Amino acid sequence: MTRGERRQLWLGLAFISPWIIGFLAFTLYPVLASIYYSFCDYDVLSKPVWVGTLNFHDMLTDSAFWQSLWNTLYYAAFSLPLGLVISLVVAVLLNQPVRGRAAFRAIFFLPSLIPIVAGSMIWLWILNGNFGLLNHALELIGIKGPQWLADEKWTKPSLILMSLWGCGNTIVIYLAALQDVPRSLYEAAEIDGATAWARLWHVTVPMISPVIYFNLIMSIIGSLQVFANAYIMLGGGGPNRSALFYAVYLYQNAFEYRQMGYACAMAWVLFLIILFLTWVATRTTRKLIFYGGE
Amino acid sequence: MRVLSRILIYLLLLLGSVMFLIPLVWMISTGLKPIEQTMSMPPTWLPYRLYVKADGKLTEIQQADLGKYPANEIVKKFAPRWGNFAAAIRAMKFFPLYLKNTLVLCLLTVIGTVFSSALAAYGFARIEWLGRNKVFLVALATMMVPFPVVMVPLYCMFRALGWIGTLKPLWVGSFFAGAFNVFLLRQFFMSIPKDLSEAARIDGCSEFRIFWQIILPLCRPALMVVGLFQFMATWNDFLGPLIYLTDQKDFTLALGLQFFQSQHGGTEWHYLMAASTLVALPIIVLFFFTQKTFIEGISMTGLKG
Repeated sequence: MTRGERRQLWLGLAFISPWIIGFLAFTLYPVLASIYYSFCDYDVLSKPVWVGTLNFHDMLTDSAFWQSLWNTLYYAAFSLPLGLVISLVVAVLLNQPVRGRAAFRAIFFLPSLIPIVAGSMIWLWILNGNFGLLNHALELIGIKGPQWLADEKWTKPSLILMSLWGCGNTIVIYLAALQDVPRSLYEAAEIDGATAWARLWHVTVPMISPVIYFNLIMSIIGSLQVFANAYIMLGGGGPNRSALFYAVYLYQNAFEYRQMGYACAMAWVLFLIILFLTWVATRTTRKLIFYGGE
Repeated sequence: MRVLSRILIYLLLLLGSVMFLIPLVWMISTGLKPIEQTMSMPPTWLPYRLYVKADGKLTEIQQADLGKYPANEIVKKFAPRWGNFAAAIRAMKFFPLYLKNTLVLCLLTVIGTVFSSALAAYGFARIEWLGRNKVFLVALATMMVPFPVVMVPLYCMFRALGWIGTLKPLWVGSFFAGAFNVFLLRQFFMSIPKDLSEAARIDGCSEFRIFWQIILPLCRPALMVVGLFQFMATWNDFLGPLIYLTDQKDFTLALGLQFFQSQHGGTEWHYLMAASTLVALPIIVLFFFTQKTFIEGISMTGLKG
């Protein structure tokens, strides 16, 4: 290493030093500690006691754990595809030559900005079984609405519905991608006699496929960690644990039952599930993603 | 056909907008009603007062007394109850403290994040040093670690430091550059021509001065995006305050609102909605003033990511 190179190295390290300290203190150490705790019995008050793989064994027979995993996968299986498709449809509509596009875009985007706690309050009120707006609306078309948040069959659909309300973020990302698709491609397709549907399916979707993939991965990561709205609206998991999501159960283990070791073990299992699903999503979509765009 | 499809597009967009807006309208509307109008059948959209006409004068009457007067003498007038906001603030008890805590945290985390991320991003983007790309890969990899994995050790660490029950765990970390923001700013820094720094170096400018006086001013839009997102994240954060704060007087608005709901929820919907409006309104106002930055920022995360 020459003197100049050494100088550059120190200079570079000096600039990134905030990140280095943050990485060591708030990522590396906690990750290593988390691995260690996941093999321990640990209640914070006393020292962690090594128990081997006991926490992972416990998980296998813990019915609440399986229930939370099932609830989370159920939630993700609906909120994820519905969210991606609805956002894409709205974005495609907004990408047409419509008047007031900026106003429409603002309206669709706005709900995703509302603080999750305030949003949860709104939906608590809308989904109220007796005086809620949703059941009033259903009554107009002759349907007697359920007790959304008090009936174990309807808690998950309630939260899925709420998640769709917040898809404005995804819409804006899609819209930005759509606006980058060269007009000439559409014109060429039109000259060849492609219908609107064919243009959407054979021009638009392939051209924005990298962004669809990005949104897919983000949604996988996000929906598997659903926490705040479920915790706020349904407390400790809702009727008959029907809304006990993975992150909610993990939180309860850590901060209500003081089983920090078990909580860490659960966190690592969650990480592996996320990695696995991301890998599956990447594998299955790899051939479908088109990176040739501008 | 063309006309028909255009009409269809507008129809769908209008329908969608109404569905996205109704929850917000309903929040504001409920927040402005007296309690008996929150639970009326059919629902009341506009809060009102009732009057009877007698000798050309209007006298207000209560909802319960409605049956005592002939229907043609009753007058209904639009009357929002602005007083609900003050009442909600009083009912939440420590509202001014919640607001103060939230603003303090927003200020500290925005300063911390913008400054530290810019510094680190500069080191990754505009200084050539051995092993830079490998270290940057490590930084990118940290983005994959989900919060639950580090949640417990962080709590234990802050507990050992005696920081539980203080605001410290919620802002100290922001002074140590999170990978996502570093990544975002690095992209931006790299798009600035190298010659600019070279020229300044030849003139004997120190690296920090180049960063501070030449590069940063050019990157104002990107810094705005990072600052704005951090402000939003801190304002909206629920899990952090839930874990680290113990005393009601230290709560943030988000946690305070949830605490209020857990105490008074289920009956006083008008106060709860007024309080929710107060928590959401600053964000809505902020959005309308910084719409361009917002939209650009979101698009940036999606397209460059």
